[in-house]
Amino acid sequence: MRSLRKPSVIPGFGLSLGFAAFYASLIVFIPLAALFAKAFTLTWSQFWDTVLDPQAVASYRLSLGAAFIGASINLVFGFIVAWVLVRYHFFGKKVVDALVDLPFALPTAVAGIALTTLYAPQGWIGQWLTPFNIKVAYAPLGVVVALTFIGLPFVVRTVQPVLEELEKEIEEAAASLGASRWHTFRRILLPALLPALLTGFALSFARAVGEYGSVVFISGNMPFKTEITPLLIVTKLEQYNYAGAAALAVVLLTFSFVLLLLINMLQHWSSKRAGG
Amino acid sequence: MSIEVKNIQKQFGEFTALDNVSLSFPTGELVALLGPSGCGKTTLLRIIAGLENPDGGVVHFHGEDATHVHVRQRQVGFVFQHYALFRHMTVFDNVAFGLSVRPRGKRPDKKEIAERVHDLLKLVQLDWLADRYPDQLSGGQRQRIALARALAVEPKVLLLDEPFGALDAKVRKDLRRWLRRLHDELHITSIFVTHDQEEAMEVADRIVVLNKGKIEQIGTPDEVYNNPATPFVYDFIGQVNLFHSRVNEGWAHIGEIKLPAPEHPQVRDHAAVAYVRPHDIELQALPGEGFISAVIDNISTAGAVLRIELRHALADDVIHVELPRSQERLLNLHPGSQVYARPTNSKIFLQNR
Amino acid sequence: MVGTVSSLGRRATRINHAVSEPFWVQFILITIALVFLALFLVMPLVAVFKEAFSKGIEVYFASLSEPDAWHAVKLTLLAAAISVPLNVIFGVSAAWAITKFRFHGKHALITLIDLPFAVSPVVAGLIYVLLFGAQGWFGPWLADHDLKIIFAVPGIVLATIFVTFPFVARELIPLMEEQGTSYEEASLTLGAGGWQTFWRVTVPSIKWGLLYGIILCNARAMGEFGAVSVVSGHIRGQTNTLPLHIEILYNEYQFAASFAAASILAGLALVTLVVKSFLEWQHTRDRERAARAALQEI
Repeated sequence: MRSLRKPSVIPGFGLSLGFAAFYASLIVFIPLAALFAKAFTLTWSQFWDTVLDPQAVASYRLSLGAAFIGASINLVFGFIVAWVLVRYHFFGKKVVDALVDLPFALPTAVAGIALTTLYAPQGWIGQWLTPFNIKVAYAPLGVVVALTFIGLPFVVRTVQPVLEELEKEIEEAAASLGASRWHTFRRILLPALLPALLTGFALSFARAVGEYGSVVFISGNMPFKTEITPLLIVTKLEQYNYAGAAALAVVLLTFSFVLLLLINMLQHWSSKRAGG
Repeated sequence: MSIEVKNIQKQFGEFTALDNVSLSFPTGELVALLGPSGCGKTTLLRIIAGLENPDGGVVHFHGEDATHVHVRQRQVGFVFQHYALFRHMTVFDNVAFGLSVRPRGKRPDKKEIAERVHDLLKLVQLDWLADRYPDQLSGGQRQRIALARALAVEPKVLLLDEPFGALDAKVRKDLRRWLRRLHDELHITSIFVTHDQEEAMEVADRIVVLNKGKIEQIGTPDEVYNNPATPFVYDFIGQVNLFHSRVNEGWAHIGEIKLPAPEHPQVRDHAAVAYVRPHDIELQALPGEGFISAVIDNISTAGAVLRIELRHALADDVIHVELPRSQERLLNLHPGSQVYARPTNSKIFLQNR
Repeated sequence: MVGTVSSLGRRATRINHAVSEPFWVQFILITIALVFLALFLVMPLVAVFKEAFSKGIEVYFASLSEPDAWHAVKLTLLAAAISVPLNVIFGVSAAWAITKFRFHGKHALITLIDLPFAVSPVVAGLIYVLLFGAQGWFGPWLADHDLKIIFAVPGIVLATIFVTFPFVARELIPLMEEQGTSYEEASLTLGAGGWQTFWRVTVPSIKWGLLYGIILCNARAMGEFGAVSVVSGHIRGQTNTLPLHIEILYNEYQFAASFAAASILAGLALVTLVVKSFLEWQHTRDRERAARAALQEI
């Protein structure tokens, strides 16, 4: 232990780190290692065949595309929500603020069936869209709706604190220098909020790519059309194609890790900016 | 109880916090560890407390080796820089904490604890705050409660880390005097860390000046101020003017004037620096033997003394002078006027090649 | 909306126009935000309760008192009752090690803690199937000893632990980092032991953050669908949690019963939001009180 840590008088290092490391390896590290081990029981050509199978590629396109659109919607509207919550006063603001976290708290299955009911052709919202020939439930658009829902809090919650910390004086200075409100927003506020906006976008995107529960109900699950990658993994698993499922999981995981790395870099950038 | 540290060595990565430090703290004294930030003073205090382990060297408490005694058993009272009062406990519970965590056999009963706590709160003159929470106290009150909490365990030594650092100027002055009086009452061996030389001068019996992990000087405030052992101490304690000079057979030559350097009788033509305090310079309107010609740059009349900046002819340099206010009218000083300055007291340090 | 406009109008007179938007811009932005949230948050929530009661109160309670529904509730509670305490112990240990000590590999541990957030729930289930399933690493050994993890309760618990793994640790690490080590050091200098320090000094000072983490952890534990779905096997009355029960009923077109079960979880979500807001309010108040006391001094 001596070389592992700097000596300290506070007790409990061995116990706390020992337990934490043991538990983390058991729950997270070893099972994830097993996944990679399983995926690489396939030969390279088998692996690539599984991973580049047209059905799989179609599922990536849907998962990534819908997640991207959902995150973009959240980027715009989440920013507006954060702005309104920080800058303006209106009746019921506290309740609205608390409600933003609903997608974190509401089980995805519940969200899934509720959204499906709303957007079904006869549903509260769906019935207004049917005359325009817009199909949401059981169509790719439904996937976008579900992924927008589950990613909704991220942009709001990353932008909100940054916006709160932003000094009003900077805007006053800009105004005193003759900048219009729109100019101040574009030249002063937007650059300051950019790291937080991008972080929120990336978090929302990352969450949406792996999402399963809320999507399976609304998507209709038609191969090549409305089948997301996590669903394809489940399908492979149900066909006892464990290695195939593992291979797709590796693709999904790799993508998530890259995003995680990106998010960390964004946060580093953002904190460095805040510090400077 | 006396404390002795011997050959203490402490390294943080590449950084040497303490380099072979040895010194002793006599029983009942109030000692200040003084130095700039990063000089190792807090590390030394924490090593004495047992909060940090030295890489080498020993700590003796009353002649006994305490180096490996755990902080729990060391019976030191430690007052943290930001007090570290437990925020979820009342003032009473904070002060009672040290007594209430004792093992069952040694723990005083509830009534006894209550009495002791109230005695201590009376001692720090805050008995009326017993039911408050730390967040409801002012900084000065928190400081005194932290002291009461440290005293509750009847420590053999009291250690204070920058005790006045987090307070504003006025409260700080009051608390300084109060701490001095309290120490005179309790006579418990106490060590406090500070970067403020004025604070060390006013409160301590003895000052240890530290720099870069080494001891520069140990002495009473008087000794440290009037007889600094090293250029660093001269510089760190009070303002000082530097004159580059050459020492030859007991005299330091600065341009056309010379200052006595009796501590260097054998030295021949050696570069040296003369240190002169601003109040050890006299001014007169007319030239005279040993006086340097200078022009007044600036006079600040705010405060108890006159602060004068002179630009002298020897080098393009500023001399700081402090005079009693009565001299202002006597000399008719104003910016731009010609004066003659003479150091009345100085100390010469040879420059190492 | 009417209330919105009038209170906004009152407020607008006090706002400095140089650094604020005109009234009509504010009005439009607030309207957009509220319509967006109403569309995506309020309507689904209302739909759940409306559908749950669509066939009347009797059907609602009848579908909840069904034995399968009851069993699903009990299993959900059991999974949460095991996974939440374990993750609390883990979270506290990890936060203690990470924030009170400096050691090699700290960053690796922090990354490992974050990892489950980046893993798709389906993958979270899959990894346990690969370990403990019939064809998994330990599959044959488990079969020999007549132990069942996948398609049984232990698998559900494991998957739940995985997806809720980071919550408590993530909440505690920044909090304990901010508090530093001086409280523990103060306690030690006063003669307290390690456990005494932990229970009497550390735990009370992190209690709100801990509760916050527990609330979030619990909400996810009770509501997890994807990961649990993969390992459960969907055996009615045996390995169905409440979210899985909802799915089965929904796929059987028993919409009212399905939404009745969903309404329980939606209620839980609302309670979670209320408690969460309360804890946040508590935290802000604490901070403000500390800030005020600090200001008094100067």
